[in-house]
Amino acid sequence: MRNPLSDKVVDIKPSGIRKFFDIVSEMEDAISLGVGEPDFDTPWHIRDEGIYSLEKGRTFYTSNAGLVELRKEISQYIDRTQKIVYNPLREILVTVGGSEAIDLALRAMVNPGDEVLIPQPSFVSYEPCAILAGAVPVIIELKEENEFRLTAQELRSAITDKTKILILSFPNNPTGAVMERKDLEAIAEVIREKDIFVISDEIYSALSYKGKHVSIASLPGMQERTVLINGFSKAYAMTGWRLGYACAPSVIMEQMIKIHQFAIMCAPTTSQYAAVEALRRGDEDVALMCEAYNQRRRFLMHTFREMGLQCFEPYGAFYVFPCIKEFGMTSDAFAERLLKEEKVAVVPGTAFGDCGEGFLRISYAYSLENLKIAMNKIENFIERLRREKK
Amino acid sequence: MREQILSIIEKNSRIDMKELAVILGVEEIDVANELKKLEEEGVICGYHTMIDWEKTSIEKVTALIEVRITPQRGKGFGNLAERIYKYPEVNSVYLISGGYDLLVTLEGRSLKDVSSFVSDKLSTLEGVLSTATHFILKKYKDHGTILCKKYEDTREKVTP
Repeated sequence: MRNPLSDKVVDIKPSGIRKFFDIVSEMEDAISLGVGEPDFDTPWHIRDEGIYSLEKGRTFYTSNAGLVELRKEISQYIDRTQKIVYNPLREILVTVGGSEAIDLALRAMVNPGDEVLIPQPSFVSYEPCAILAGAVPVIIELKEENEFRLTAQELRSAITDKTKILILSFPNNPTGAVMERKDLEAIAEVIREKDIFVISDEIYSALSYKGKHVSIASLPGMQERTVLINGFSKAYAMTGWRLGYACAPSVIMEQMIKIHQFAIMCAPTTSQYAAVEALRRGDEDVALMCEAYNQRRRFLMHTFREMGLQCFEPYGAFYVFPCIKEFGMTSDAFAERLLKEEKVAVVPGTAFGDCGEGFLRISYAYSLENLKIAMNKIENFIERLRREKK
Repeated sequence: MREQILSIIEKNSRIDMKELAVILGVEEIDVANELKKLEEEGVICGYHTMIDWEKTSIEKVTALIEVRITPQRGKGFGNLAERIYKYPEVNSVYLISGGYDLLVTLEGRSLKDVSSFVSDKLSTLEGVLSTATHFILKKYKDHGTILCKKYEDTREKVTP
């Protein structure tokens, strides 16, 4: 029989998280800090609106780009939070999670051999999606001393004649890093000068703890060269609803909608009705959850300081990214021993790129009580490691 | 800071000051001073414990009683409300808009206990026109806390 598989797909490395997941799943009593989704339930009024839409029999396809009323709400939301105006009829697309939007944007913009810049550590999908789209991924290794922000210098030295797109993802998973206005202004200048495009994944934008989130698309001359991606998963605790969106100039958007219409048809209808409610009446829920995350973030930073564990202070998402280089172990080895000896699961930084070596991703999408128990165990563990080293 | 402290201790009055300071990102001494002020001003009226008596072997009956009364000249409803709230078995007394005047919640050991309070004490008070007693059969949620179900984390244990 002939080989049924595509070489391109076979050559893609399996997710580093998957391997770890298998070990953790077998341990019944492990405390996990490995989750990349909120611990809150979707606010009841949003769920109720989803149920109501089912009761009313809203069980058909929506238009390819999504419900018009939802796109109008998205347009207003971006306008009131970022002061960017997108035409709801031609520049906004409702997708199956932010993930689909990333895939669409790359496939709509990449020609074979184009280089796509991917700053890492970052979300696991960018590199494989770029490869599947026919691009050559070029990794920019972000540094802890820059608080894992992308600097103009780093960007400039990664750009070649073939560079077409930069993928930005701030607030960042896994580091929790944010890019403030001044940081974005510095790289926007390079982007305009070198005439490249940006796919800006802002899925964690509502979870910013140091001033409001700034989108790169809001800077002068940037809206026309940016695909802005966001969604409902993180802000409204709606991961399972699978709903995100993309905003882009119509010339890019038309092509993204083309792929979406052939591959997906439309995002889930029930979720779209729920999302309308989320945007209309969900601000207070988001503020409450954001405050809870911020309290946990402060607790973790305080605890790390007391343990003497090095960690830069992250101001976004719900992750901290402590450095474990003092122990002279790989992230993988550290995480595995921590799991075996203390039954606490964290994700090795290397799951998010090679430059995550020496770091761990710890999620604080858990109750304070849970975090307290886990931190005690981590403290026991690192004290044991320090004693061993002596 | 005041609003944040109140919203946290409303849910967890046992949180210690050090922890409160850490999660709010302020100094412990400032939290202590603010709490003291809140107590002195009577904003914080007490630190109670929520108990689901259903799960104990202790018998308790809770009733809501609608009370219609005649307001007294110069004293309004206050005088009569006071005569009612002084009974230790009375849990709360609210002045209510609508079809009746006072909503009284009451805790007793048995139905008999409660009904004898209503018939002997409450309805015989001067100015009380009528009462309607509703016994609580089951508490699903109280003080913002769901009593009948425990939180369960059903998320996948590791996700990107």
